[in-house]
Amino acid sequence: MTTADELARHRPRGAPLPPLRDRVQATLDSVELRGALGAVAHRFNEARRVALAEPGMAEVKARGTRIRADGVAALRENLDAATASLRQLGVHVHHAATGPEAARVIADLAREAGARRAVKSKSMATEEIHLNEELERRGVEVFETDLGEWIIQQAHERPSHIIVPAIHKTRPQITRLFSDVAGHELPDEREELCAFAQQRLREVFLTADLGISGANFVCADTGTIVLVTNEGNGRLTTSLPRVHIALVPVDKVLARFADLGTMLPLLIRHATGQKLTSYVSMIHGPRRAGELDGPEELHVVFLDGGRKALLGSPFEDMLRCIRCGACLNVCPVYGTIGGHAYGGVYPGPMGAVLTPLLGELEEGTELPGASSLCGACAEVCPVGIPLHDLLLELRAALAGRRTSGSRRRKAFFGLWSRAWARPSLYGASARVAAFAARHPCLARRLPVARAWCEGRALPPAPPEPFRTWWRRERADG
Amino acid sequence: MLVALFVTCLVDQLAPATGRSAVRLLEAAGCEVAFPEAQTCCGQPAFNSGYRRDALRLARHFASVFGDYEAIVAPSGSCVAMVRRYFPTLADGDERARLEAIGQKTYELTEFLVDVLGRPDLGARADEPVTYHPSCHLLRELGVRDAPRRLLDAAGVPVVELADAERCCGFGGTFSVLHPEIAVPMADAKLDQAMATGTRTLTACDTGCLLHLAARAQRRGLDLELRHVADVLAGGLA
Repeated sequence: MTTADELARHRPRGAPLPPLRDRVQATLDSVELRGALGAVAHRFNEARRVALAEPGMAEVKARGTRIRADGVAALRENLDAATASLRQLGVHVHHAATGPEAARVIADLAREAGARRAVKSKSMATEEIHLNEELERRGVEVFETDLGEWIIQQAHERPSHIIVPAIHKTRPQITRLFSDVAGHELPDEREELCAFAQQRLREVFLTADLGISGANFVCADTGTIVLVTNEGNGRLTTSLPRVHIALVPVDKVLARFADLGTMLPLLIRHATGQKLTSYVSMIHGPRRAGELDGPEELHVVFLDGGRKALLGSPFEDMLRCIRCGACLNVCPVYGTIGGHAYGGVYPGPMGAVLTPLLGELEEGTELPGASSLCGACAEVCPVGIPLHDLLLELRAALAGRRTSGSRRRKAFFGLWSRAWARPSLYGASARVAAFAARHPCLARRLPVARAWCEGRALPPAPPEPFRTWWRRERADG
Repeated sequence: MLVALFVTCLVDQLAPATGRSAVRLLEAAGCEVAFPEAQTCCGQPAFNSGYRRDALRLARHFASVFGDYEAIVAPSGSCVAMVRRYFPTLADGDERARLEAIGQKTYELTEFLVDVLGRPDLGARADEPVTYHPSCHLLRELGVRDAPRRLLDAAGVPVVELADAERCCGFGGTFSVLHPEIAVPMADAKLDQAMATGTRTLTACDTGCLLHLAARAQRRGLDLELRHVADVLAGGLA
């Protein structure tokens, strides 16, 4: 049986993932984890509600939805324009079709630059392509510099939330972890712990020769790379080392710099409930003559990774996603099972849609079914992605696959729908069900009833169906 | 006004009293109620499992049974959401238009009483305090937020607010049997909030949610009654 700690650890590539059920159970067994999930989600949800209650936010959301929908429709053109703008600024632009290719491109660039020590600011895309593994394999030391990412890197774990990667860690756990790293006991106090991390990270920043970041947006018309952070590590990562590489999924391109006026407040309010993050970095090319800081060499690696294949498909809307994490915070399933149980890089509703679409995991195919379809995700989404409808769409796509489970279900629903489209057979099957319900020992042999009885009582069998009552009391009256 | 009652398969088989309550409330509002006996199910289990052709088969059956009525009313937000929001996505052309038209005249019970008939006060009176769980499809797919509360208010029923009320209870149809390991803890969260209100009755407008919550409450031995809003109101009719 898997534990929450085992689940949190990095899984070597190709290692089998335990079944979803075991992954969920591991989370449920961890009292600390459940407490942490509830408390953090509550804080973020409250902050978001306050931030969105301000007048005019509904229009900002409508505008943002339009900007992203138009952006997806013109994705290829915007990508070409962004490539041209970046090159004009002196940025080296690379295009990678797959995750492994992107990781190889970055590792090759690191070697050409003679880099030994890389600092990274938070980037889910680099998680997606397993970049750290590739760099370490090629002899480059990699340091995460976002506090949450640094914490989980010390613990050899993976993020469990796209905005708050260490959401699953409690402060006492972090104190123990940092004390191990320090080699002496650290006090269980927020300021002391942060000071320790900061001091360690400063040493790394000053000696790193490569900075790796993601990007929240890249503007096609100006070639601007935009990063929003709260710790300032993003700015250090992209300006101190001699070489900066930004890994940018192709869906992060905005047509116009002016769109940031809409997209930044929208993203940030939905992500953390702030009006603006402490740092908003806008990078225009490498260091120019006479400038005091900035990298001498700047590379952008555009990652496709299965995204362009979604254009024109029923799943195209997913490319609007701006990775704010709001759908995770409102999702009752995420709130119950946590991020690691999803098994892939992207958890929560957006992860349940993206994971199988990006083909990251064969196991990702069970994720669309693990949703109550409550629609809280679609309701909160700042760019109007109908997430629960996409889960339904995925269920339909997966139902057509030829696995033994889907064959059985297909046969069942085929029979069921044919029977229930005929009142006489509906009535007959209802009588069978009612008979079973009155004989619990019989009912418990049915798989559906057995699953229902996990933690729940069987509903008492009513004396007669509604229609029997109607026929007797009302039909002719 | 002649109204066709779509009782839904869950209410028909597992909560027939709620069907009788719906009839009484509609009649108290001055409607004549018809019950087309050929009706079966909206097909949502097949649709939510990804089997759209099978769902379409039941949508067509629904259309043949109910198509000629002026108004169709069901005591379930979820089944009405299936008819109104998802039936049209199953077909193209003329059939799509026909299903759309049927969706437009299919209403959830409280929505119909309050928003269509404008009759929040049906003369029901009850004073036992309750708390109310807005079921997800009623709230988000149909946008019905106030109607159940207005009916309860007009009947004098004190409604104690449920914390985190709009969070799903974990029923989710097939989800509740495919993933009991997730659905049951979700029910627990909802039941804990309901117990914290100090009322002894949790109401909602969807029998699926109520059955799931009642089954969990019974297993936990909680002193909490799960009642459909229609049953609370009909119980207070003279």
